[in-house]
Amino acid sequence: MNQTNRKVWGDLLFRGLTALFAAGIAVIFFAMIVVLWQQSQPSIHKFGFSFLTNADWNPVLEKFGALIPIVGTLTSTALALLFAIPLSLGIALFLAELAPAWLRAPFGTAIELLAAIPSIVYGMWGLFVLSPLMADHVQPWLKAHFGFLPFFDGPCMGIGMLTAGLVLTLMIIPFIASVTRDIFLMVPQSLKEAAYGMGGTTWEVVRDIMIPYGKKGIAGAVFLGMGRALGETMAVTFVIGNAYHLSWSIFAPGNSIASTLANEFTEADGVVYLSSLIELGLVLFLITFTVLGLAQLWLRRSQGVKK
Amino acid sequence: MKRAKRTIKALLIAAAGVACCFGVPQAQAGTTITGAGATFPYPVYSKWAYSYNKDTGVRLNYQSIGSGGGIKQIKARTVDFGASDAPMKPEEMNKAGLMQFPMIMGGVVPVVNIHGIAAGQLKLSAANLADIYLGKITKWNDPRIAADNAGLKLPAEDITVVHRADGSGTTWIFTNYLTKVSSEWKEKVGNDKAVQWPVGLGGKGNEGVAAFVGKVDGAIGYVEYAYALQNKMASVLLKNRNGNFVAPTAGNFQAAAAGADWSHAEGYYMVLTDQPGANSWPITGASFILMYKQQARAVQAKEVLKFFDWSYRNGGKAAMELDYVPMPDAVVKMVEATWRHEIKDSAGKAIW
Repeated sequence: MNQTNRKVWGDLLFRGLTALFAAGIAVIFFAMIVVLWQQSQPSIHKFGFSFLTNADWNPVLEKFGALIPIVGTLTSTALALLFAIPLSLGIALFLAELAPAWLRAPFGTAIELLAAIPSIVYGMWGLFVLSPLMADHVQPWLKAHFGFLPFFDGPCMGIGMLTAGLVLTLMIIPFIASVTRDIFLMVPQSLKEAAYGMGGTTWEVVRDIMIPYGKKGIAGAVFLGMGRALGETMAVTFVIGNAYHLSWSIFAPGNSIASTLANEFTEADGVVYLSSLIELGLVLFLITFTVLGLAQLWLRRSQGVKK
Repeated sequence: MKRAKRTIKALLIAAAGVACCFGVPQAQAGTTITGAGATFPYPVYSKWAYSYNKDTGVRLNYQSIGSGGGIKQIKARTVDFGASDAPMKPEEMNKAGLMQFPMIMGGVVPVVNIHGIAAGQLKLSAANLADIYLGKITKWNDPRIAADNAGLKLPAEDITVVHRADGSGTTWIFTNYLTKVSSEWKEKVGNDKAVQWPVGLGGKGNEGVAAFVGKVDGAIGYVEYAYALQNKMASVLLKNRNGNFVAPTAGNFQAAAAGADWSHAEGYYMVLTDQPGANSWPITGASFILMYKQQARAVQAKEVLKFFDWSYRNGGKAAMELDYVPMPDAVVKMVEATWRHEIKDSAGKAIW
């Protein structure tokens, strides 16, 4: 009797504790939204909806608009995903399928270790190593061959959207690659062997068996990386150029929401200025939220179609 | 039982240790004064604090969180003094019950990265500097620049303008100068710790600007004097109000400060940019300390003033070693007189 009693109480206590932890997350989440919303009231009140579409960022006249930081955040993240997704899939496939067994463990660990490097180190590397390389070699080459496109216009400074995208690429590859590798490893051996048995090449097995099987997990990995890219602060601040100019060119400097906050929060002393920065934080929160929500929706729908 | 006893013993010892650490300084000499604000004077404040602590045992806890943060902290009364690179307007000070005084000076220096041009070679007039930052002069071999630089080979290179990305007292001083010398700048951009820059790249902090100027060919940026000197950057000669091209040197910053009429500046609201004088460096600035006029904790306030008095008297050499410019003696005398008749305890008695 005593024994069962203890068990019941222990279970109850355990359940209560875990529920408390879980509730903590929800409470923090809502508290964050409430505080961001409250603190950005002066700015919301003054600028209304035009905050999202205005390209001005003028502390002298206290006229603020979030268009340039929003565009910068989305562009740098899109560039990062453009490069990181194929690279990560390649790395994951190599590690899961093609690499000799003795190479897999050390190689996999090396990739995971990349994720542990502090972001400021990536930023410094971007500024001191990558950006001169971009300015002297990569950008002149791109300009010479594809200069007729508006994306490769302007002076080759090595600092700007493209460099920021590349630094972000490097930062999110470990997340996407290591999760994707684990997903590929979970594909049942029998499925793959059956496919090989039918005479499929490695590429066909990957394309028709492994990727469809792990689609949901791969998408999850991509969103994990995207979440990091959207909010990345220090590394981007170092190389994005921190300028409030809109341009089609990915050579041009720009700004992201996170780097604007990192740069300007300490010295923002006007009420509207500070509140506009907080509203930027709210916008970033909403962007992340929307992107993740859409992703969930898309995943659910694509699964529904399969059924 | 035995274990419980041991635990209690350990707890008691720990408690005694905590009491030691917190109790003793209150009882004995180790007063701590606190301040927060500007990053620009932080190296010299911390050096003064170190020497002052060795002399007197009083410790200074200074948080270099930026001028804006310093103003916020002093208004919230969480620190004994705030520090700001931009002077506060007299109206605003009176409203908050604050007073300010200048503590240390420095200069802002335009630096360039042009192939074949070393420090002190390129001459820029005020109008040309403003037009470069307005994006109206875009090539280094522009005839307007060449007109001042006979004999210097200027390349046909694009000018890349570099500015601060973060809000900064350095930017405040720099844009204050441009506002004074260019009506177009005043109209289009204005004077603040952060502005809407017409062109260019933003670097975070002096080190960010220095890194961009160093990496990008044809770049021009502006940094604090100490930073330009210590990193051996190619500074330019600027044309001052008297029409002379002057170099950024400690002597020329002091010349700008000496020409300034502090005694008629209400609340020490004095900006040292574009001052008259044959040798005056045009982009000079002072860093200010903010304190409440009425001090509830008179003893603490007196300790703070004692530290600044000590720094005025003994800190000059340390400041110059770090490439800052100490305040002239005449200004120090005026400041200490101001302390006497402005800073009062809650009974209205002068503290200094």
